[in-house]
Amino acid sequence: MALMQMGSPNLQVFADTLLDLGKEHLDLYVVTGDSRGSGKLVGFGNQLPDQIVEVGIAEQNLVGISAGLASTGKLVFAVSPASFLTARSLEQIKNDVAYSDQPVRLIGISAGVSYGALGSTHHSLHDYAALLAINNIDIVAPADNFETREVIRAVVDYPRPIYIRFGKKPMLDLYNGNATFKIGKANTLLTGTDVTFIATGEPVSRARMAADILEERGISTGVISMHTLRPFDKAAVFQAAKKSRVIITVEEHSVYGGLGGLCASLLMQQGLCVPLKIVGIPDEYTVSGSQEEIFTHYGISPEGLANTAEQVLRNS
Amino acid sequence: MHSTNAGVVMDKRELELKSIQYRRSILSIIKQANAGHTGGSLSCVDILNVLYNNVMNVSPENFHSPTRDRFIQSKGHSVEALYVVLADKGFFPPEALDSLNKYQSDFIGHPTRKINGIEQNTGALGHGLPVAVGVALAGKKDNLDYHVFTLLGDGELSEGSNWEASIAAAHYELDNLVVIIDRNTLQITGRTETVMALEPLDKKFESFGFAVRSVNGNDVTALVDIFTQVPFEHGKPSLVLANTIKGAGISYMEDNVGWHHHVPDDEEYVLAMDELNLYEEKWRIKHGTYANG
Repeated sequence: MALMQMGSPNLQVFADTLLDLGKEHLDLYVVTGDSRGSGKLVGFGNQLPDQIVEVGIAEQNLVGISAGLASTGKLVFAVSPASFLTARSLEQIKNDVAYSDQPVRLIGISAGVSYGALGSTHHSLHDYAALLAINNIDIVAPADNFETREVIRAVVDYPRPIYIRFGKKPMLDLYNGNATFKIGKANTLLTGTDVTFIATGEPVSRARMAADILEERGISTGVISMHTLRPFDKAAVFQAAKKSRVIITVEEHSVYGGLGGLCASLLMQQGLCVPLKIVGIPDEYTVSGSQEEIFTHYGISPEGLANTAEQVLRNS
Repeated sequence: MHSTNAGVVMDKRELELKSIQYRRSILSIIKQANAGHTGGSLSCVDILNVLYNNVMNVSPENFHSPTRDRFIQSKGHSVEALYVVLADKGFFPPEALDSLNKYQSDFIGHPTRKINGIEQNTGALGHGLPVAVGVALAGKKDNLDYHVFTLLGDGELSEGSNWEASIAAAHYELDNLVVIIDRNTLQITGRTETVMALEPLDKKFESFGFAVRSVNGNDVTALVDIFTQVPFEHGKPSLVLANTIKGAGISYMEDNVGWHHHVPDDEEYVLAMDELNLYEEKWRIKHGTYANG
């Protein structure tokens, strides 16, 4: 296959896409809580100053104001670090956005362990679990620049509340320009008969590289980018479970309550008892280090995932 | 002065009669549902009466118009007062309230947008003001001259989100925002000043950038007068400190924390209705008969 190229940070793609969209849609508003720098929104603020609303460091107010703006028909992007957005203002997301059905686009920047050594106050390893348990909010974690661009463009016309999260490091381009993207429809990057990685968000690129390692070791490997956790593409999971001997889920999230738990639950209820391993952040405060180091520590690295796959296959 | 009601604008005498009628309806639906926030609904009903019948440009006909005035009830638990006023305004038939709190009814114990006339789902406290700030900010962005009214309980002012939103309201000079505090001085545990002291509330809101006025929140004449003055100051959000009595209008409920969400038994219900009937009778002797009474 063609060598994958390193792209930009998804954060940068988000910011560039949003600026383009903001110029096209004068009713598009960005609401930010002293995070236009970390959100790469300085350019948006300079070029479209009437379309950015600053609320200061006040995430509850950020989400409440966003709901109010959205109630008047505006296209609202509420941008804040994922850790604060989905914890500090969880009740505002639950009541003012989801329950009140105000179609705010909640953007969780620097998600997962993107903040690395800044520690657990700044990590969001709970957000999938928290939001999956709240009705009427869709959840997307784009894996690369293409998925990020496509999801941000798609939500301009999106009628429901949605949460989108990504990190800030450059991402490998996973597609060769001929892919399609649809919220709620998983993208199959590779199909395999031995193991299939079902991954979401930035760990997808690690799973994709792990597939190359495994192929060299003679193991037929599939990779699915499950960019959307709600609405969830159950069929893709069932199909993978029928095609592969084992399933490995990979996410930048607690091993509890996220993609892995969702897949395990669905497979069991469907009567598809395929060996499954959930790879994510275990039930502990993370080791200190960069995002990459934390990933490697917990086996969310190409080599780590390849080794886990071999081990699960051996035990199956 | 704020331009008002697209429909019929009631005069003060009509409003006084409406308040009596609304109190009857509140007690009636709470009694039938065997649940509700009696004290708080009675303390804020005169405010809702004046807003919907004299002040706000909102009606079933214009409810989806971008230029309508908005009302967001942050103290969502007093939804019975809101339901009664919305029914009277024709947003839904009054008999729909027979299903209040019943299995599969849309009329639950807090406001939801499933009910025609309700702008925002509320119930958890400290949520109305941030949303109202967003709506008011949108009005400024769009150069629309609607007003946003939001009703807060005094007990919920302990929620920090109110103060985050207050900072923003002043920062964005939202003089199209009118915050009303139902200052009945009681919350479920007891006096607000004992549970978590709020005073001096006027100075607190002034220091946060509001133009503040106090008013007797159970006096429709005083309320009409105060709302005709909004915005109190150009470039500042308005805050109406509405001094009310929890349980207002029913002697044995007044200023009695036990009536926060107590439902009248049969005897108490008859007593309450008798009081309202007597009050109306005296009112008619004093003012003559109004056709719509």
